Amino acid sequence: MTPFRVSIVGVVASILLILVVLELVRGRRLKERYALLWLATGGVLLVLSAWRGGLNTIAGWVGVSTYPPAVLFAVATLFILLVLLHYSTVISKLTDENIELAQRVALLEEQVSRLAADESGSTRARSARVDQIAQS
Amino acid sequence: MVPAWNEAGAIGRVVDGVLAFDSTIDVVVVDDASTDDTAGVARARGATVLRLPFNVGIGGAVQTGFKYALAEGYDLALRLDGDGQHDPAELPKLIDPIERGEADLVIGSRFVDQTGTYRPPFARRMGIRVFARLVSLLGGQRVTDTTSGFIALDRVGIELFAREYPHDYPEVEATLVALRSGLRLAQVQVEMRERETGTSSITFVRSLYYIVKVMLALLVASLRRYPRLEGARR
Repeated sequence: MTPFRVSIVGVVASILLILVVLELVRGRRLKERYALLWLATGGVLLVLSAWRGGLNTIAGWVGVSTYPPAVLFAVATLFILLVLLHYSTVISKLTDENIELAQRVALLEEQVSRLAADESGSTRARSARVDQIAQS
Repeated sequence: MVPAWNEAGAIGRVVDGVLAFDSTIDVVVVDDASTDDTAGVARARGATVLRLPFNVGIGGAVQTGFKYALAEGYDLALRLDGDGQHDPAELPKLIDPIERGEADLVIGSRFVDQTGTYRPPFARRMGIRVFARLVSLLGGQRVTDTTSGFIALDRVGIELFAREYPHDYPEVEATLVALRSGLRLAQVQVEMRERETGTSSITFVRSLYYIVKVMLALLVASLRRYPRLEGARR
């Protein structure tokens, strides 16, 4: 059986996690799309902590019926792995986009300096022509 | 096209060398956010300089050059290293197969035949050979030098590499990507000189990362599907 105190601590901790995540989203410090996985983590842990019968049943399935809270640890660990893996994909995408941007900047800068050189060249030519006309 | 990172000491000679070989070549130096005056030196010698705002690594830098070639409509792009190890006098060997329309990608290889004098240390020679075998196996064509940065590309090749080019330690994987995309590949024997200044970007400590990363990249690249290129005739 799951000790009562474990359930209480589990419920409190899950609710805290959910509240912190919601507050971060509210304050626009966390984007909704990155909050979803965390909310799912909090939600699943909350259900497993509060629903004592369910936790015991699942513990029986996976062979840890002598200590059902182990299921809570396992599920929490699994979700943390999911979140980290998700972040790795996000970082990879950001890296690609970052390099793409750097390359665009390099190409555009070269274009701008070329255009600027053309521009100043033609301005100089124009003012030379103006001088000629003024002199004649 | 010359990628360079902190090569102020060598880049001038590289640009001069290419222009001395053929002054009608547009030399583009991709400066990968050097902290020395690489960009200034290159510009002073008459090269166009593409300056990256921060260091993106050799692959990202090289690809910048391919993107430039694509945008400016070049039909032929040559890549040589900014440290002076590639001899501009050998450029015709790389250009010829492309001008004859026989290849989309020409690799300047140190090991096409036995005439080359380049004898790398044992470990590096083994590494080069293993990668060459692997790429040959996975790509379905014998490749002798997959780590060479001395290459020529036609329009089809430029399009492919502008779109798809690995970011770090790119040459091995890029060769496989080219083969799997249907590019026609030719190899010509070239000599490579010892570095004039600076240090090679491949230090002993990084070798392990290099090997593991390239192995993974090759594995993944051979599982991936690459669309056959429109212009590729192979």
